[in-house]
Amino acid sequence: MASSKLLSQPRWFRFLPRNLSNARLFSELASQPPVSEPQNNIESKSNNNFSSKASSTPSSLKEPELAKFSAIADTWWDYEGPFKPLHKMNPTRLAFIRSTLCRHFGKDPLSPRPFEGLRVIDVGCGGGILSEPLARMGATVTGIDAVEKNIKIARLHANLDPTTSTIEYCCTTAEKLVDEQRKFDAVISLEVIEHVANPAEFCKSLSSLIDHGGATVVSTINRSMRAYATAIVAAEYLLQWLPKGTHQWSSFLTPEELTMILKRASIDVKEMAGFVFNPISGRWSLSDDISVNFIAFGTKENESETV
Amino acid sequence: MNRIVARKFGPNVCRLRIPWRPFSTDVAAKSSTSNAGNPEQETEGEQYDVAIVGGGMVGLALACSLASRPLTKHLNIAIIDSNPALGRKHLIKKDDLPDPRVSTVTPATISFFRDIGAWQYVDKQRHAYFDKMQVWDYTGLGFTKYNARDANKEVLGCVVENKVLLSSLLSRVQDIDVQNKIYPSRLNSMSILPNSSSLEVDSTSSATSLFTHGRLAKLELEDGNSLYAKLVVGADGGKSRVRELAGFRTTGWNYSQNAIICTVEHAIENHCAWQRFLPAGPIALLPIGDKFSNIVWTMNPKESSEFKSMSEDDFLKAVNHALDYGYGPHPKSSVMGNAGIFSWLKGNITVSAKDCFEVPPKVVKLASERMAFPLSLRHANDYTSKRVVLIGDAAHTVHPLAGQGVNLGFGDASTLSNVISEGIAVGTDIGEVSLLKKYEADRKPANVMMMAVLDGFQKAYSVDFGPLNILRAAAFHGAQYISPLKTSIISYASGEQRLPLFS
Ligand SMILES: Cc1cc2nc3c(=O)[nH]c(=O)nc-3n(C[C@H](O)[C@H](O)[C@H](O)COP(=O)(O)OP(=O)(O)OC[C@H]3O[C@@H](n4cnc5c(N)ncnc54)[C@H](O)[C@@H]3O)c2cc1C
Ligand SMILES: C[S@@+](CC[C@H](N)C(=O)[O-])C[C@H]1O[C@@H](n2cnc3c(N)ncnc32)[C@H](O)[C@@H]1O
Repeated sequence: MASSKLLSQPRWFRFLPRNLSNARLFSELASQPPVSEPQNNIESKSNNNFSSKASSTPSSLKEPELAKFSAIADTWWDYEGPFKPLHKMNPTRLAFIRSTLCRHFGKDPLSPRPFEGLRVIDVGCGGGILSEPLARMGATVTGIDAVEKNIKIARLHANLDPTTSTIEYCCTTAEKLVDEQRKFDAVISLEVIEHVANPAEFCKSLSSLIDHGGATVVSTINRSMRAYATAIVAAEYLLQWLPKGTHQWSSFLTPEELTMILKRASIDVKEMAGFVFNPISGRWSLSDDISVNFIAFGTKENESETV
Repeated sequence: MNRIVARKFGPNVCRLRIPWRPFSTDVAAKSSTSNAGNPEQETEGEQYDVAIVGGGMVGLALACSLASRPLTKHLNIAIIDSNPALGRKHLIKKDDLPDPRVSTVTPATISFFRDIGAWQYVDKQRHAYFDKMQVWDYTGLGFTKYNARDANKEVLGCVVENKVLLSSLLSRVQDIDVQNKIYPSRLNSMSILPNSSSLEVDSTSSATSLFTHGRLAKLELEDGNSLYAKLVVGADGGKSRVRELAGFRTTGWNYSQNAIICTVEHAIENHCAWQRFLPAGPIALLPIGDKFSNIVWTMNPKESSEFKSMSEDDFLKAVNHALDYGYGPHPKSSVMGNAGIFSWLKGNITVSAKDCFEVPPKVVKLASERMAFPLSLRHANDYTSKRVVLIGDAAHTVHPLAGQGVNLGFGDASTLSNVISEGIAVGTDIGEVSLLKKYEADRKPANVMMMAVLDGFQKAYSVDFGPLNILRAAAFHGAQYISPLKTSIISYASGEQRLPLFS
């Protein structure tokens, strides 16, 4: 991969504290409501049967967010619809996943199905935009989403192609699968963390789903002015790609914050890259500019301490 | 076909390698089904990843390229073409007389052929590298001569018979272990349904059901066979049926000009490519190996029928005349070499002193029939839509003035296989239009630019009007310095040659 050089040495990484005693970052983190302030669990009022049994982990559900996705669920596979940005970004983020996971699991990058034998979970899979290519790349994929309608659409769509009909889709949450003690080789959750109730707890759930020697990939929008300008103004208002209100700026994380909360969930971020959108070519590409959208690859730290 | 056994490689049930079979049996398609160990008689067509309609040079180059890349070699490919040559496997014998249909392949094409493992077969057959090129015109205003060594190159290009290119690609495809199959027929109809958005559950993954949901294209052939494919590649030439069925419009025009092509023999071996601009169009003499050369002579249609039907002796005289004193004097000196009226165009080119004007070797014998064909320019406005993509002449036809036709097509094949490979790397459905658009975005500007350049050349050289001659000479000497010719020509294909006319 051409970008592997910059992937392995992200520019920002040099400025990140290696040990976690950086007080400034922590205090900053603590002052971020979406990061550390436990939210009221609104989902208990929900008419969805999300949390029927008591969970050891607080729920990650944020009802107003889910309602937004439910409202546009029919359009998941419309390439020109509200999810156009995800479709457009797909090849780029999959290239990142391919290169990081192939390296981590020692898979042949020249194989058309390098993920053969890997159990991968796509948390917050939506209509399956990411799950399907992962299945074509050979992975044994489980896709979960909190919105029943999404799962229905995802299942229907995947069934149309024998290579993707193997995907196991389920309407559930990461924390419930933790309760069920499910484990995966790779836990992937793209563009979800900005929609959950408690990102730190959510990361802990992701971490608990990782099997020994496994890895995780998380992507989200950066909470910076540029991200705000680009992602919200452009996508939601100007281009009318996303329904207004899809994103709440305050719930975005910065790359540093994401690294911190993953670290606290025993995940070491090893590589990070940004997505940049070129309005002229209309394509996304990976870069070391993580100011708008960014994607992180991490591995689980020595498990013995967390068991 | 209702049972999907080979999930690993996509919805294809027929994993046994199907040997390439001679075309004498028109039941090839049927019998292969039973070879595949699938006893129940098929009513449904077989499924492929890619169906290449048209097994010409460009279609086969794509098949070869896909078969040689690690990420695409597993793809199941069907090639549809009724050309009986695809059923044969033998190299063309060197002692056959050279066929008049030849291509001037550029260094870029040669390296593409090397990459896909096909050049070794060309090497064993007749081909002629040339390291010198002389271009002049009938006004005697100047000439230009190029040597490969001026450009630090071994060769400027290579002239190869089309049948040699075709048989080399075919041998390569046959020699690699690939899962290809040839349908010795022609495409009749094609249907692609929109992606189904219906929510009714249909969990069978039979071809018909996949077709109904827009996941496969359905092709029906003239012999009654039908097949399904995730991606249909239209490599079926200038009169592309795929292009027509997909509803792609074209832009283009016919030049009221014909080209006469034939093979001729000299008393000595020719190692130089020659091109002279005459009042009605250029005549080119290309070495094709041994003592043979190929002639491509552009003229108006009335002339062409005369030249085609005149006696062999008269024709040879006309050729020798056209390449010597006919229509005007020999140029006195190289325009590039002195500070004449074109000095402002010169740039920093160096011409070796001994490169003086030469007269091409005389033609002593006609070695093939004379063929005439009209020149036209045609360009598809779109190269792709869902599950369909055009390559080669199906996407663009240029006149053979510069022998570029097939080089552009090989560029298409190379780019398309690259795009498919990239798509597979990230788990994309290869028929997805968002993927195919990358190919279009890459190739269209390149092809359009080349066509514009060639069209400009054609126009500049087919008018005989006093002052224009000087301008024309200026254009042709200055081609490599003046934009847009500069940017387009120089970067084309080889990127190395200074004059586009043979590149
Ligand atoms: C007479 C002539 C002379 C030329 N001379 C030169 C030259 O000197 N130099 C040069 O560079 N270019 C030359 N060209 C152009 C050059 O031949 C083309 O650019 C080149 O052949 C394009 O290759 P292709 O594979 O795209 O198409 P083609 O070579 O046209 O191949 C198309 C294939 O598709 C098949 N086909 C067509 N319709 C169907 C259907 N419905 N179903 C299934 N199969 C179908 C045909 O049988 C054929 O095999 C010449 C063209 C012509 C016509
Ligand atoms: C922006 S979409 C991303 C979809 C998909 N991951 C992708 O990138 O293509 C966010 C998805 O996360 C789901 N989601 C939001 N909160 C969730 C939670 N707490 N648990 C599981 N899924 C959630 C939403 O229903 C929605 O489908």
